[in-house]
Amino acid sequence: MYELIIIGGGPAGMTAAVYAARKKLKALLISKDIGGQVNWTMGIENYMGYQFIEGAELIRKFEEQVKQFPLDIKLGESVPSLSQKDGIFEVRTDKGEAYQSKAVIIASGKRPRQLNVPGEERLKGRGVAYCASCDGPLFSDMKVAVIGGGNSALEAVDDMLKIAEHVYLVSLTPITGDSILIDKVKAASNLTMLLEHEVMEITGDKFVDGIKIKGLNDKAERTLQVSGVFVEIGLIPNSTLAEGVVARNQYSEIVVNCDNETNVPGLFAAGDVTTVPEKQIVVAAGEGAKAALRANHYLQRLR
Amino acid sequence: MAHQVKVYSTTTCPWCKRTKQFLDDNKIYYQNIDVAADKAARDEMIAKTGQIGVPVIEVDSDISVGFDEKWLREKLSL
Repeated sequence: MYELIIIGGGPAGMTAAVYAARKKLKALLISKDIGGQVNWTMGIENYMGYQFIEGAELIRKFEEQVKQFPLDIKLGESVPSLSQKDGIFEVRTDKGEAYQSKAVIIASGKRPRQLNVPGEERLKGRGVAYCASCDGPLFSDMKVAVIGGGNSALEAVDDMLKIAEHVYLVSLTPITGDSILIDKVKAASNLTMLLEHEVMEITGDKFVDGIKIKGLNDKAERTLQVSGVFVEIGLIPNSTLAEGVVARNQYSEIVVNCDNETNVPGLFAAGDVTTVPEKQIVVAAGEGAKAALRANHYLQRLR
Repeated sequence: MAHQVKVYSTTTCPWCKRTKQFLDDNKIYYQNIDVAADKAARDEMIAKTGQIGVPVIEVDSDISVGFDEKWLREKLSL
């Protein structure tokens, strides 16, 4: 039996782990991976102590710091469910393992939102991608579509304009991203913007060969011949494990107060999975520290 | 015997960096193939794996799509 289980290995979870270890709590960190969303971040210029650091490098430094401590870490396991009985939490992983603890910190972060259209799941990694900076360069001289209207979509468009033969920007809404980014891309000769268009289907046999879209205003269906589809429509919290256990808001974020407490005593949450505004690495790290210190207080009172 | 290790990567992909860092840290010699610069290699990688994504890591004749530390440790006996 552990005193504390931390679910998630991003900035919030790893910072919580360091604080828990320094308080000499008997703690376990469970995570699908180390680094979470930071792994998908190219350069970071707003994490204190570094004027510029690559995401992968920052994560390596976090990992080194966590691994200094004699902490139990289970990697490559995700946590689909969590329950509580008589004040003891039970965390079950997708590998069939079960761990018990007196307190839990959920720091499971967010993941890219999917379109949920036919063909998307089947063609994932076969032309459907969620990280333009990762997979974009593979689509040189091909036609691609970027789906979304926010900053991440515009950044993907900017990246792809330099690489692809032609870029279609397909957005359900008018552009919501910053005008500085719009200005950067709008004059490109190899860009076609299709705003207020809904993606109906991604087609292709072994690989993506096109998408079917529909205009919201004219109701006309169009087919775009593309080899790549970059889905950049925001993020959703990894909070399914908390369903039915703890209160969440309408965006499925776990509701926490400024002490990182949820509505369940002993169950804390930190970082992007919570209602805390501003999804930033430095914020998540700070929240992880707070959650571990509050969990420590909670455990002290139980003793 | 030394393993034959190939990494199909791009210069911008964060997981490619993690993969190469891991191999460097463990002093594993590998051949890096930049599939953004080399289209023939890109097509070869797509044909081999049936997917379009990097990194692809080849150890001897086994292939992993994506950085998988457990898999690499096992294949490289680390």
